[in-house]
Amino acid sequence: MKLIAEGLTSIRGDRTLFAGLAFTIGGGEALLLLGPNGSGKTTLIRTVAGLLAPAAGTIRIEGGDAERSVGEQCHYVGHLNAVKSSLTVEENAKFWCRFLGGREDRVEEALAAFGLAALRDIPSAYLSAGQKRRLGLARVLLAERPIWLLDEPTVSLDSAAQDMLAAAATAHLAAGGLVIAATHAPLGVAGARELHLGRAVEAA
Amino acid sequence: MSAFRELVRRDLLLAWKEGGTVGVALGFYLVVVTLLPLGIGPDLNLLMRIAPGVLWVSLLLAALLSLGRMFETDAEDGSLEVLATGPLPLEAVATAKSLAHWLATGVPLTLLAPLLGLMLNLQPEAYGPLMLSMLAGTPAVSSLGAVGAALTLRTRRGGLLLAILMLPLFVPTLIFGIESVRAASLDSAAFLPSFLILCAISLASLVLAPLAAAAALRFQLQ
Repeated sequence: MKLIAEGLTSIRGDRTLFAGLAFTIGGGEALLLLGPNGSGKTTLIRTVAGLLAPAAGTIRIEGGDAERSVGEQCHYVGHLNAVKSSLTVEENAKFWCRFLGGREDRVEEALAAFGLAALRDIPSAYLSAGQKRRLGLARVLLAERPIWLLDEPTVSLDSAAQDMLAAAATAHLAAGGLVIAATHAPLGVAGARELHLGRAVEAA
Repeated sequence: MSAFRELVRRDLLLAWKEGGTVGVALGFYLVVVTLLPLGIGPDLNLLMRIAPGVLWVSLLLAALLSLGRMFETDAEDGSLEVLATGPLPLEAVATAKSLAHWLATGVPLTLLAPLLGLMLNLQPEAYGPLMLSMLAGTPAVSSLGAVGAALTLRTRRGGLLLAILMLPLFVPTLIFGIESVRAASLDSAAFLPSFLILCAISLASLVLAPLAAAAALRFQLQ
C-alpha cells in the first residue's frame, strides 16, 4: 500500500507552515519529519491523521481499506499519551485494544514489547513519565493498523525503551507497514527517509 | 458496536473509580434541597406547591456541575484525539459519552429525588410521576449538555459559559418536567400530555444533540 500526499498546504493563524508539500511513502518505508520547533511537524502529522483539515491538497491511500478513512487506518500517538491515571496499566491497554478493534491477546504482547508486563496491575497514576510514554506507545501494537503516526515518540524514553520502540517499528516495517515520525532523536530504524520542514517556507 | 459499548463501559468505570463528579452532583442536590425548606420556613402547603419546581431546578443545576467534565478529561490526556481516529464517528462518541453521563449522573439523581421530595412535603401520588418525568427528562439534559461541554472544551473555567449556553436549551425540559409533576399532584389525568411532550424533547435531543456535539468537537480538535 502507498500513502500519497499531494500539494499539502497548511495555514495556522496567518502563518503558512508549509505549502505545496508532496510525498509518497510505500509499505515498509519510514519517513522522519525533521525541522526546528514550530516548523509544522505536529501539524503535518495531525493533518495525515485527519484531525486537521489542510488548507489545500489531498492525502490518500492506495491499496488500503477503501471503506475506512485515512485517519482510521492510522495509529496516532501525539504529545499526550491518552492514559487514564485512575485505571491500571492493563485496564488502559485493554480499553484501547477493544475500542480500536484489536484482539484481546495482543494486550499481553504489547505490554511485554514495551517492558510494562510487570507493571500490569499498577494504577497509571504511579507511572513515571517514561513509563506513561511507553504505555501510550504500546497502543500501536494493540490493534492492526498499517500506518503509525508518531509525534516525538522518544520524548522521556530511556535508551532501553528507545530500543524497544525501534524494535517495534522495525518489525512493523518488515510486515509492510508505514511509519511517519516527527523526531529530534534518531528513531533507530534502518533506511528511513527524511523530510525537512521549515526550510522552503523560510526561504520564501 | 463493541467500540461504543467499550467507551460507555470505560466512562462508567472512570465515574465509579474517580467518584468525584457524581459525588459532587449528588451532594449538591442534597444540600440545595435540604437548605431550601430551612430558608423558607415550615409552611407545608407552600412547600408542597413549590416541591416539583425545586426538585427539578436543583436537579438541573446538579447535572450542570458535572457536564463540564464530559469531554474535558479526554481532551486533557489526549484520549479525545485517539477517539477521533477510532472506528466510531464522533457522533457516536458523543452519544456514548452522553449515555455514560446519564447512567452515572442522571439516574442516581433521579433515584435520590423521591427521598428529597419527603423533605418538601411532596404529595404521595406525585412520587411515581416525579421519577417517571425525571427518567424521561434527564436523557435530554445529558445529550444537550454534551453540546455545551463540547463547545466550551477549550475555554478555561468554562463553567459559567456552559451554564449560560445551556440555560435556554434546558428551559423546555424544565417546564414540561415540572408541569407533569405538578399536574400529577393535582389531577392524575393531566399528567400525560406534559409527560409525552417531555419524552418527545428527550427523543429529539438524543438524535440532534450528538450531531451538534460532534461538529463542535471537530472544530475544537483543529
